[in-house]
Amino acid sequence: MERIPILKMGEFLLVTIQVDMHDRLAMALQEDLTDRIVSAHARGVLIDISSLDVVDSFIGRMLGHIAAMSRILDAETVVVGMRPAVAITLVELGLALPGIRTALNVEKGMDLLRRAQEQDFWEPGDSRHVPAQD
Amino acid sequence: MEQKQATSLTDILNQHEAEILSDWMALQRTAATRRADLISDTDLHRQCKDFLSSFRQGVASGKLDDIMAPAWEPAREIVADLSRSRARMGFTPTETATFVFSLKQPLFRALNTDGLAEGDLWIISTLLDKLGLFTGEMYQKGREEVIRQQQQELLELSTPVVKLWDGILALPLIGTLDSERTQVVMENLLQSIVGTGAAIAIIDITGVPTVDTLVAQHLLKTVAAARLMGAECIISGIRPQIAATIVHLGVELNTVATKATLADAFALALKRTGQTIQRVRPSSV
Repeated sequence: MERIPILKMGEFLLVTIQVDMHDRLAMALQEDLTDRIVSAHARGVLIDISSLDVVDSFIGRMLGHIAAMSRILDAETVVVGMRPAVAITLVELGLALPGIRTALNVEKGMDLLRRAQEQDFWEPGDSRHVPAQD
Repeated sequence: MEQKQATSLTDILNQHEAEILSDWMALQRTAATRRADLISDTDLHRQCKDFLSSFRQGVASGKLDDIMAPAWEPAREIVADLSRSRARMGFTPTETATFVFSLKQPLFRALNTDGLAEGDLWIISTLLDKLGLFTGEMYQKGREEVIRQQQQELLELSTPVVKLWDGILALPLIGTLDSERTQVVMENLLQSIVGTGAAIAIIDITGVPTVDTLVAQHLLKTVAAARLMGAECIISGIRPQIAATIVHLGVELNTVATKATLADAFALALKRTGQTIQRVRPSSV
């Protein structure tokens, strides 16, 4: 069965989705990714969906699940490169993905992860998935 | 029966075409509905001539009761073209329809000399009425086309996305936000975010007259879509009355940063992108 490659870059994992996501593939990715986070001691996950034309509600939810699972495993998830049409569709579907961080491209996503690492400290009631207010 | 009339009518039209045409032209030239400022005599003459010959063609087919028949197509086309162009030029519906109706007098005069029965005249009169009404219909269609086109242009005109600073976009909204406009605004904004790689977009609603629940929902949708692309939104230009309306309506704008003026929003955007503006010498004004 085909699998989506997961690349390790320092303490982050990079997933570039370049094929049409069907549901089995998405489930496989979810499993692989959680395994990899644990085995590689990753602190962040970058999911690049810039080549995806279609993101349906299932994939949207799956991205949310991946983010939630990674957070439990102490890794931050950033989804990068969403196309305008995809963003509009997701919003129209009512899937605003509130638990996921987003960035315009891989470079900015990396920046975001690095910054999140630098200011990483624990305090009671801290929920890191909420974008920091000024 | 009908076939017979048509032939005799065709004969009359064939024989008297030049006469009818000059009569018709003379009549239109002196009529109160003549718009010499909008159409020249030469153009009018050409239109009359074209219409008369296509009219003769339609009559020759014998279908005097149905102007939607294929034989009437050239006549319909001429009338449609003429009505549309006159609608654009600023003719009134009456002036446009009179073009066809004014043919009655010269035509009947020509027919009368040849002594046509009352029943035949009635059929021809009805035929011209139908063509006249068709003119009205086409005139309206022409006007609707103009309106549609203007709407489209307005839609494009009114949603500019401007770059304020490196990584900061502004979207000044003017006019009421409906679903269709929101769609255009959203697409423009997202496309610009991709194009410029902006991290922050300021949506300025100073020019939006009222914010109801629907408009607020549209705004929040735009904000959510921009966030999915990795850009943050700030809503600015909220007037006191609008702030009051938003609270009274119970609309939740907690998920997005809001500022009273564009300047405040810009300052916040600079801060968030880690930039600052400094005065280098005392102001000269």
